[in-house]
Amino acid sequence: MATYTSSETAVQEPAKKAERVAKDYVNPYFAGILLGLVLFFAFFISGNGLGASGGMNRMLVFIEDLIAPQHVDRTPYLIDMAGGNKNPLDSWVVFVSVGTILGGFVSGWRNGRFKVETNKGPNISNKMRWMMAFIGGALMGYGARMARGCTSGQALSGGAVLSVGSWAFMFAVFGGAYLLAYSLRKFWN
Amino acid sequence: MSPFPLSLSTIFGHWGAYVVYLIIGFGFGYVLEIAGFGNSKKLAAQFYFKDLTVLKVMFSAIIVAMSLIFTASALGLLDYNLIWVNPTYLWPGILGGLIMGFGFIIGGFCPGTSMVAAATAKIDGIFFVLGVFFGIFLFGETVENYSVFWTSSYLGRFTLQDWLGLPTGVVVLIVIFMALFMFWGGEKLEVIFGGKNPASEPKWRYAAAGALVLVGVFALVMGQPTAEDRWARLAPEKNAVLANREVQIHPGELLEITSDTTLKVMMLDVRSEADYNLFHILDSRNIPLADLPNIVADLHFEPANTVFVTMSNDEEAATEAWKYLVAEAVPNVYILEGGINNWIATFGDDDLTKRFNAGAGDDQLCYIFDSALGERYSAAEPDAEEFELEYVPKVKLEIKRAPTSGGCG
Repeated sequence: MATYTSSETAVQEPAKKAERVAKDYVNPYFAGILLGLVLFFAFFISGNGLGASGGMNRMLVFIEDLIAPQHVDRTPYLIDMAGGNKNPLDSWVVFVSVGTILGGFVSGWRNGRFKVETNKGPNISNKMRWMMAFIGGALMGYGARMARGCTSGQALSGGAVLSVGSWAFMFAVFGGAYLLAYSLRKFWN
Repeated sequence: MSPFPLSLSTIFGHWGAYVVYLIIGFGFGYVLEIAGFGNSKKLAAQFYFKDLTVLKVMFSAIIVAMSLIFTASALGLLDYNLIWVNPTYLWPGILGGLIMGFGFIIGGFCPGTSMVAAATAKIDGIFFVLGVFFGIFLFGETVENYSVFWTSSYLGRFTLQDWLGLPTGVVVLIVIFMALFMFWGGEKLEVIFGGKNPASEPKWRYAAAGALVLVGVFALVMGQPTAEDRWARLAPEKNAVLANREVQIHPGELLEITSDTTLKVMMLDVRSEADYNLFHILDSRNIPLADLPNIVADLHFEPANTVFVTMSNDEEAATEAWKYLVAEAVPNVYILEGGINNWIATFGDDDLTKRFNAGAGDDQLCYIFDSALGERYSAAEPDAEEFELEYVPKVKLEIKRAPTSGGCG
């Protein structure tokens, strides 16, 4: 981890045996500018920013509505999305999410980074890493709904249009992660 | 009127508009992937100061998008009123953020990046996505137990410029400089903790930073459009609408639409509180002209089938209110024709109308009331069946451009 020479090769897993050589990631500032342009374009054209957890939320509610429609119709939080005849997938944020998956896949494929693997610190097993990923994901999903948005929908989008709540949220996310980071250093380093 | 944002569903149709969102999402996912956000180790390294890619990408994106948004707004191309600004629920946001921060360092992703990781076959990403679904499920099942907290500390559309009381351009520049300072500090940390060679950063980043500051200064100098500027741009078109009396609706039509269950009618009574207390229409809200700016953001949150009707004693103040709301891009605003005076003349019983004051000034109440009974007159909620009125219906719903849900809605 600490022996690389340029930002481009940082943290890259060397693709020793793979036929496709994984290309380096682009410069972070360059990626940031591109992301800023995508975000601006989204706001400029549609008035909406980006989102991720909202789309995942609606996909989940779609499935819940297939399995237990009565339960959905009795739960206030779910009624808004899927009560009665409402189709929870009938929302812009679902399409942003589907696009995100496609975009990630195409880029990973083109750049030789589509590869079955588990990224983890050197001192933990794959199973441990998967468990941590699941627990972390559950916390993320829960927190994202409580905060009415995730890093994309709140921090990034709300940050760019200067919402006070989004900036408070953003500092809380970084604060929470830094607070736990030291205790978890063995898992990542 | 500012041409952007577009009303996508008018142009492309309901499902066609979603293709645009699909393309936007594609760009989002693609950029996240090339930035390295499909890799949990790269994301986690942020929190050990070894590789601050997360900070750099995120804040570069924020300041680029922000500068362009407010420059486009200053140029009159983009209407900031129609942009979704996440409403602030302060404490649920902070607590949710802290929980997400824990999830970030434990699981190594955030929801958006985990989708990219899963799409590129990272097994840890797939487990994370499953975890997110589980967490969302749990939230849906438990939020009822603390819905009071979840909807607490609501501040509505509350921006940094509102909070700081500074011009938007100044806030934009402050945010740019704050981000540049963090980049500078971040690069130092990467040298110390990550052993990174400081010369490896590209030189063009200085030029990019300089360009961004220039854009920020430009936005500051141009200034954001005021309600007067917005009205000045609309005046030629909208004055004709007023002159042709296309938006002044007959009291009978107002009564009719209030009983239309497909519409939500919001009556904004812009008279003084004293007049309002003497007599007003049932369910109308008293918002004196001077208070209108405080509620514009809330009006934008109203559902798409909302019709706003402004009213004063005659039409003068109501027309001022109409101009203001139209300039602020509130959709579906109408004026009560002839105001409250005309309403009373139409629906008032003899008791109410007998004491006519012919000498009342312009836009003054021309009936004399002994007591302030407000809405406790039968004319405050007339029965539509009793009156047979002829009028030309004017209310047509226009499609709303401002998103009513956004963020991760």
